[in-house]
Amino acid sequence: MISAPTNDIEFRSVTKRYGAVTAVSDINLTVPKGAFVALLGPSGCGKTTCLRMIGGFEQPSEGEVLIAGKVANGVPAYRRPVNMVFQQYALFPHFDVEKNVAYGLKQLRPKLPVAEISRRVGEALEMVRLSGFAKRRIHEMSGGQQQRVALARALVNKPSVLLLDEPLAALDKKLRTAMQIELQTLQRDLGITFVLVTHDQEEALSMSDLVCVMSAGRIRQLATPQEVYDRPADLFVADFVGKTNRFDGTLEAGGTVRLGNGAALPVSRKDLAPGAVTVALRPEAIRLSRGTGNAATLEGTVTHRIFLGSAAEYSIAIDGLGDMLVTAERQTQNDLVAPGERVAISFDPGTAHIFPA
Amino acid sequence: MRALITSVYVFLYAPIALVVLFSFNAGRNASEFTGFSAQWYGKALANPFLVTALQNSLIIALVSATLAAVFGTMAALGLERLGARTRAIFDGLLAAAIVVPGVVIGIATLVALVAVFGAINPAIAALWPGDRPPQLGLGYGSIIAAHGLFTMALVTMIVKARIATLGRDIVEASADLYATPFTTFRDIVLPQILPSVLSGFLLAFTFSFDDFIVAFFVAGSKTTLPIYVFASIRRGVTPEVNAIATMVLVASLLLILISRLLMRDKTQKSPAGE
Repeated sequence: MISAPTNDIEFRSVTKRYGAVTAVSDINLTVPKGAFVALLGPSGCGKTTCLRMIGGFEQPSEGEVLIAGKVANGVPAYRRPVNMVFQQYALFPHFDVEKNVAYGLKQLRPKLPVAEISRRVGEALEMVRLSGFAKRRIHEMSGGQQQRVALARALVNKPSVLLLDEPLAALDKKLRTAMQIELQTLQRDLGITFVLVTHDQEEALSMSDLVCVMSAGRIRQLATPQEVYDRPADLFVADFVGKTNRFDGTLEAGGTVRLGNGAALPVSRKDLAPGAVTVALRPEAIRLSRGTGNAATLEGTVTHRIFLGSAAEYSIAIDGLGDMLVTAERQTQNDLVAPGERVAISFDPGTAHIFPA
Repeated sequence: MRALITSVYVFLYAPIALVVLFSFNAGRNASEFTGFSAQWYGKALANPFLVTALQNSLIIALVSATLAAVFGTMAALGLERLGARTRAIFDGLLAAAIVVPGVVIGIATLVALVAVFGAINPAIAALWPGDRPPQLGLGYGSIIAAHGLFTMALVTMIVKARIATLGRDIVEASADLYATPFTTFRDIVLPQILPSVLSGFLLAFTFSFDDFIVAFFVAGSKTTLPIYVFASIRRGVTPEVNAIATMVLVASLLLILISRLLMRDKTQKSPAGE
C-alpha cells in the first residue's frame, strides 16, 4: 500500500521564463499538507508566477510541479484539484451569488444531484456569513462581500489546496484585519492547505505557518514567521520583513564589529570569518538611555519622535554613523525622550544580525 | 452658434424628411406635393422586379451578416491569444478593411473571383462525370462572400472592444472551477459578449442591405435593392422610389434601435467599474 503523500505541493527545480526574462529561477519548495504558506516578496519577485503554476495558468519552463504527489506539468487548470481566489475576485458578473458559488460543483462528472449542489452552496454561503445573499447580483455587493463570495466559490469544491492571490489587497485596513482572522479560522477549521501570495509582510507574518520570502525569482528563506523575523537568512530578508537598521563594519577576531565611526560592538557570532560585514538591528531590540556614560558604545542625538501610545519611535542621529530607528516600549509615564536630547544606545549582542558583505 | 447647429441638422435631415413626405405624394411629380396618398407603397410592393430585388437583398444581408457575426467573433476571440506584435499587425489589417473604399473592395473582389473561377471551372468540368458540369459564377455567392468579408471586420472590431473589457481573469476563474474551454466559452464568455455580437450582426446586416458599390461589381445578373433603385432612377425618379427609400429607412432605424437597446442591456448587467 502506498502511503498518502504528506506534501500537497512540491516544486522540483522549477524555472519559468518569459522570452529572455526569467521570472522564477530553479525553485525547490515543499508545502506540507494542511499548512498555511505565504509567498512573500516585492512585486516582480516571482511569487504570483509560482501560484499560477500551481493553478495551471502557467506551465514551468523547466522542472516539475507536483500536486498531491503527482506531477502536474501539462495538466490544464480545469483538471487540477486546486481552487484560487483571484486578486480582483473574478466573479461572473452575469450570475447571481448562488450561481457563482455553484459553478464549480456543476462542472463535476458524473453530475451531482441538484439537491446536493444547493445544500453545499448553502453551507458555503453560511460559512462565509452570506446566507440570505444567494439571489443578489454581484455588482450589488460591497468589496468585502464580493471577497467572501470568491472565497465560498473556491471552498465549496473542497479543494486539497486553496490558492489566494493578494486576496485582501483591495480591501480597506479594517476589513483586511477582519478577513485575516476569518481566513486563519477557516484554514484551521477546514484543514485545507492555503497558499497565499502577498507583498504585505504584516499579512504574511500574522496569518501563515510558513513564510517563503522571495526576491528576483528565488527563495531567500522558507521558515516560520518567528524564525524569518528573528533569524533572517540574509540582508534582503532582514530588510524586507520588518524594519531594520543597517550598518557596515568590519568583523574583528574576538567577536567585535568595528563600525565606520570607530565604535566596537560586541556580537555573538563566532562562526564568521573576520572581514567586511553588515550589521542589522531591529528597532525594538535597541535600548535607549538618557545622556552618556555607562556601557553603551554608541551615542547620538534624537532628531524625531513619533508617539505611538504604548511605545514611541525615535529617529536618532548616531555620532559619525548616520540615522538609526529605535522603538521603545514605555515603562513609566515620564520616560519619553524629547528631540534634541543626547542618548546612548545599547543592545543584547544576540539580537544583532551579522551578514558578510 | 445655435443657428449654425440648427442649419447643420436641417441640411442633414431635411432631404430625408422630403423623401418620406414625397413617398406619400398623390401625384407623380417629384417637386410638387399634390395630396396625400399611399398608392406608391402599393405600386412598389406590387412591382415584381422590386420584390425580387428586396428578397435578394434580404437573403444576402441575412446570410452575409450571419457569416460575418460568426467568423468576426471567432477572429476577435482568436486575436486575443496572439502575441502583442502579431496582434498589432492584424489590428491594422482590420482597420484597413474598414477604411478601404468600396470601389476598391468591389473591383478587387471581382478580379479575384473571376481569376479563381477561371482556374477552378475547367478542373470541375474535367472531373465531372455527367455532361453538364456546374459552373461557378457571379451571383448570390459572390455578393455574400464580398459583403461577409468586409462586414466581418466591423463585427471583429465591435466584439474585440467588448472582450477587452472582460479581462482574462473570469476566463481563468472558470477554468479554475473545472470548466472545460468549451464550457467556459458557452457559459462565461458568450453571455458576456453576446450583445456586442448581435450589435455587430445588425450593423453588418445594415451595411450589406445598403451596399451598392461592392454589390454592383460582383452581383453578376442578380439585382439587389440598391442596384434596382439606382437603375430605376436612371428612368426618372418616381414617388415609388421614395416609398422604397422610406421603407428601407424605417427598417434601418428599427435595427439601429434594437442594436442600441442591446448595448444598453449590457451596461445594466455589468457593474459600472468593470
